[in-house]
Amino acid sequence: MGRYLLRRLLQLVPVFIGTTFLIYWLVWSVPGDPFAGKCGDRRCPDTYINFMTEKYQLDQSIWVQYATYMKNLFQGDFGVTYNNRAVGDIIATAYPNTLKLAVVALAIEAIIGLSAGVLTGLRRNGFLDNLVLVSTLFLIALPVFVIGFILQWLLGVKWGIVDPTVSSEMRFSELLLPGFVLGSASMAYVARVARTSIAENRRADYVRTAIAKGLPMRRVVGVHLLRNSLIPVVTLLGTDLGALMGGAIVTEGIFSINGIGRAVLRAIVTKESATVVSIVVVLVLVYLLMNLLVDLLYAALDPRIRYE
Amino acid sequence: MSDILVTEQSQPGADGSGRPSGRLLEVEDLRVEFRTRDGVAKVINGVTYHVDAGETLAVLGESGSGKSVTAQAVMGILDTPPGFVTGGEVRFHGKDMLTMSAEERRRIRGEGIAMIFQDALSALNPVFTIGFQIAEQFRIRRGLGRAEAKKRAIEMLDQVKIPNAKGRFSNYPHQFSGGMRQRAMIAMSLALDPEVLIADEPTTALDVTVQAQIMDLLAELQRERQMGLILITHDLGVVADVADRIAVMYAGRIVEEADVFELYAKPAHPYTLGLIDSIPRMDERGQQLRTIKGLPPNLMNIPPGCPFNPRCPMAQPVCREKVPPLLQIGSNRASACHFAEELVNRD
Repeated sequence: MGRYLLRRLLQLVPVFIGTTFLIYWLVWSVPGDPFAGKCGDRRCPDTYINFMTEKYQLDQSIWVQYATYMKNLFQGDFGVTYNNRAVGDIIATAYPNTLKLAVVALAIEAIIGLSAGVLTGLRRNGFLDNLVLVSTLFLIALPVFVIGFILQWLLGVKWGIVDPTVSSEMRFSELLLPGFVLGSASMAYVARVARTSIAENRRADYVRTAIAKGLPMRRVVGVHLLRNSLIPVVTLLGTDLGALMGGAIVTEGIFSINGIGRAVLRAIVTKESATVVSIVVVLVLVYLLMNLLVDLLYAALDPRIRYE
Repeated sequence: MSDILVTEQSQPGADGSGRPSGRLLEVEDLRVEFRTRDGVAKVINGVTYHVDAGETLAVLGESGSGKSVTAQAVMGILDTPPGFVTGGEVRFHGKDMLTMSAEERRRIRGEGIAMIFQDALSALNPVFTIGFQIAEQFRIRRGLGRAEAKKRAIEMLDQVKIPNAKGRFSNYPHQFSGGMRQRAMIAMSLALDPEVLIADEPTTALDVTVQAQIMDLLAELQRERQMGLILITHDLGVVADVADRIAVMYAGRIVEEADVFELYAKPAHPYTLGLIDSIPRMDERGQQLRTIKGLPPNLMNIPPGCPFNPRCPMAQPVCREKVPPLLQIGSNRASACHFAEELVNRD
């Protein structure tokens, strides 16, 4: 186990260097002038452009730029934007909002998706089963911006049940709707995977054994059946958490949440290469660690899986 | 210590069902059908048997003869749908289990009647330790605390002769060998000291040397605890040593019931005769093995008359018309053959 963990962590090093370089190279090769439109209607004065070019080493080769960037990164310096704002600050402001939204979305996925999956898996072909099958199909088929705008308009504008946008305080109650929208597709998948898994395992021999032992039905289902059926669901939720933590450009946009998704979008539009690279680097790291966590969780859930 | 618990839990005798037969477990005219998309398969067509305390009944038959389904119906673990009990009674201490409440029936499971399964690897839950699965019964059914339940579970593992029971407590099923797994399964089924144990082909998945060990262990535990044991098997060799009585099943019916010696010496049904004849014999080396010709009937379309008649070397016109009932012949045996007397009385 310890050796496995060490090996996995060591694997992160080449992946980290590879992905950061790829992103750096991508941003570097995007055509366009970062100083276009920086000085209002006029073209920026040459002195300004020369000053900035030198400050940000824009005339250097990509290798030099990347090396400098990595050197600073390992010293904890994410660089500064062209407006002299620390990129680290941007991440520190936006990321907590993204995390809050991600946690709410994940909780909604897990609670609603799992309950729907378990209930329908136990009783297939009933009314509830058909209802869940049809509604999950809807959620999977509709793009997230459609669901987002429709719910925002219905609940926020027409009926006035919730605030249409999220305030800067990011209260939990405000995040329920965006969380639902963000997690809707995954919630549908969770429900379907849980349903199949429960239905499959319900006839398993060990469930029959548990019944033959005279255990109460809620223990047979809640302990013996559920624990086995959770394995694929947890994998799904775990990978999704990695994705959710990568920010949600669309959902954050619809509900004007100042999250990492919007920050990276803004940086791409304004050609703030240092910001784009830094944010993506953080996201890649988070994703890799989440993946590792899921793999470890997998072993905790299923003792037949052992890492060495 | 566990004996005291049993007398508290179950009170034989006075139950007011009006059938004071004194039998421990009785199955009477049990009928089960499987309703599938392709039609209705009549899997059990009037099975009657019983087992008393301290007695071993072997239920013998080919795959598909309904021996396991009967046991599942008795246990109340039939997969429904497709399986439905359509008639008959299953009486435990004289009380019909098929008409009692689900809760009442649940209490009998494990404590009154327990069951062990053929494939212990799939019958044990893969994600919980062996110890957890045994201790669980003490915790849930007996309300014992964790430490006490663990102690009792280790005692159970000791009783089925699992070496280093304490250390094995926290192992998972996949960390056990096949034989040890079946021992653990036995420990689990005996945890609540049941009065009847149903063993559904307990040795089929094991290799031959281990088979003998498991059978010995079962026989020993049964003697010690004076349990009624229903041993389901398709292996004539397995039953000869341990069974008191044998019930032979064919196409969802008992076709012959007798004690072991009589059955082997003088089978009273052509099917039993065929089974015994098809045991490979050491003194007939080099010859072709004898088999019963043909296949068991399609249970969706059982032939009229005796279900065995298409394969029976003795079949007469009457066999194609009348279903032979299971009738007593002599003092202590029964056969469902029109020519049972002739079979028994021939040389």
